[in-house]
Amino acid sequence: MKFQQIDQFAAHLRPSTRAAVYDGSKKGHEKRTQVLFDHYPDPDRLRQLAGEIKQHVIENLDTYLPAIEAKLKANGVIVHWAATAEAANEAVLAIMRARNATRMVKAKTMVSEETELAHFLEKNGVECMETDLGEFIVQIDHDHPSHIVKPIIHKNRRDIATSFEKNGLGAYNDDPQTITRRARDFLRKKYLVADVALTGANFLVAESGRLVLVTNEGNSRFCLAATRCHIAMVGIEKILPRDRDLGLLLNLLGRSGTGQQLTVYTEFITGPRAPAQPDGPDEMHVILVDNGRTDVLASDCRDILRCIRCGACLNVCPVYRQASGHAYRSVYPGPVGAVLSPLLMGKDFPEKADLPKASSLCGACNEVCPVDIPIPDLLLRLREKGKREHSAAAAAGTPPMGAWSLLASQPTAWKAALLGGRIINYLPTKMLPIPALRAWEGKRSLPAWRGGEFRHWLKGRARSPGAPPPTSGGQSPRPS
Amino acid sequence: MNLADRIRPDAGRRVQLMATCLCDAFYDDAARATVEVLEHLGCTVEFPAAQTCCGQPAFNGGDWPASRKVVRHTVETFAGDCPVVVPSGSCAAMMFHGALLEFEREADLPAVAALGRRTWELADFIVHGLGVTTWPGRYDARIAFHRSCHGRGTPSSAAAEQLLGSVAGLTLAPFGEGEQCCGFGGTFSVSFPNISAGMGELKLDHLRAAKPDVLVSGDMSCLMHLGGLAEKDGRPVKTQHLAQVLRDALKNGGLI
Ligand code: SF4
Repeated sequence: MKFQQIDQFAAHLRPSTRAAVYDGSKKGHEKRTQVLFDHYPDPDRLRQLAGEIKQHVIENLDTYLPAIEAKLKANGVIVHWAATAEAANEAVLAIMRARNATRMVKAKTMVSEETELAHFLEKNGVECMETDLGEFIVQIDHDHPSHIVKPIIHKNRRDIATSFEKNGLGAYNDDPQTITRRARDFLRKKYLVADVALTGANFLVAESGRLVLVTNEGNSRFCLAATRCHIAMVGIEKILPRDRDLGLLLNLLGRSGTGQQLTVYTEFITGPRAPAQPDGPDEMHVILVDNGRTDVLASDCRDILRCIRCGACLNVCPVYRQASGHAYRSVYPGPVGAVLSPLLMGKDFPEKADLPKASSLCGACNEVCPVDIPIPDLLLRLREKGKREHSAAAAAGTPPMGAWSLLASQPTAWKAALLGGRIINYLPTKMLPIPALRAWEGKRSLPAWRGGEFRHWLKGRARSPGAPPPTSGGQSPRPS
Repeated sequence: MNLADRIRPDAGRRVQLMATCLCDAFYDDAARATVEVLEHLGCTVEFPAAQTCCGQPAFNGGDWPASRKVVRHTVETFAGDCPVVVPSGSCAAMMFHGALLEFEREADLPAVAALGRRTWELADFIVHGLGVTTWPGRYDARIAFHRSCHGRGTPSSAAAEQLLGSVAGLTLAPFGEGEQCCGFGGTFSVSFPNISAGMGELKLDHLRAAKPDVLVSGDMSCLMHLGGLAEKDGRPVKTQHLAQVLRDALKNGGLI
């Protein structure tokens, strides 16, 4: 492999897609920063605290998981454990079959994207309707989400109007209100006939067994009001120790994700409908999904399990903005995805070991992460793993370092190379002796090689102390 | 590493200079300016001649054994107890952060950490190591200061802006999306050339809109990338390292 796949994807990205991703991300980041700094004198302290809480949870999952199971059961919830994506999907299907149910309405959940639940259910004769507007559009387009929070950040309203027209949802009209109204009319009918609702959970509180769901469209509330059975698919890392931790995490999640003080709807669910409640599901299931998480936990990158899926690291990431989410060939794109997606591959890690390379290691992701995940350090660890496991995807386009490391640990050879390097001043680009230099010159000019000049100046000064320093030499360009 | 715990200069202000491989190969004047600036501040500057590179290219590329070999050489070369000053936030961070990560499980971690505790980026050293917060002399120009990414989480960028802001005649030009990376990223610049250049062009758009006379940074690597892109594009921009601006201010003020 000669080129990095993500760079190639970016090079061929439709300009309007890049513009849509850039605008959406930039706005998201600006709103986040303004709201967070307007409201809190020291948001960084809050991010660190939230990070400590989540780190505590993942380091003590062995006690929190049995605790949450007991609490959920006491609350009347049926608990399932799914080690793999397949097991999670099968558990959902089994619940559907036991109820003779064939129609599901579904709120947005990333873990169900991991398991490709909708696809699996459709194959098994179950209609699985996405009710989040973005996910709905992705579904009718047979597309994939390209952002954790804003699945259709890569589309503009003209794209959406076109797919509505194609899918029989009215004549072309790219007015956002019209688009939303049409989706609403369509989905309302689906809620009324659905048997089962599927959601994820943003948090699961160990102390109370409370499941917390945040949305902006109220679709999960519709799902739960209209159906008799609620299935929540939840990654095992979603636990918070105490109800009071929600105060911190919900305040950070809304602000980091969408620049809102709080999402429009925040639901706290503690079990199936109580007899006194007029509506809501009589039956509630929680499927606790591992799907590779315990392997991540056992690795030196376990900090990534703190992630609360806010999307802030995607919004600020300059590489994500250039490449778009689909470049990452994964459910999780951007900085979080560059760490999590290859790890979730398990033994097939080398296939996606190029993802951690797609970063200038600028650290902006760490700076915005509401749970303060040291993403650049994790990317570096995974680069080392990719190299150790001889990943061809990771190696593509990366200069080999063996000769350099020999040179840079032998001062005599180094000094000779400083002088010898001058040859590049006289070579045209295509004759540059090192591929990395040619790759450099494809996009930028290379400055003139001045190896040895500084050392020469130092020596001259030592010989005649007090002599005036030579005038500052400008950069003379190389011939091309 | 807690940067507040670093080794401070003694009364004799002895320092070792880590000139960086980029200055050694391309940007000798930035290294010269660093020496002149430090000497103006009363420092005795030693240049350990066996120095090569901080080891970062292989570290970032994932080849940690190759990188550790170079770091071990660097640790040996910079034996001593005085501060090590680096005209680069990136190479400095390699010593006090990156190297610690790749030596996590190595027996010689303490020696690497000890060098990390001695390592200072230039602006950080001037302001927080020596306590100098204003800069004399004169420099008549409008300057756009690019905060290089390795300064995140360190006091370097704020220190540089404090010094620059205090120079007579110098105006700091604000520009958009200052938190965004220039796109250099070491080996990233050659393994992801399209994305790297795309990031650099966005940065240049923002910088040009601010109409600066000079683009300044504490890292030659960012300037090499941005300057190289601009030149290739036929619209060159003038770039200078922070140390060159400080040195030129001294010269213009007749102080050296
Ligand atoms: S890694 Fe941090 S910033 Fe990125 S999605 Fe997760 S919580 Fe948000």
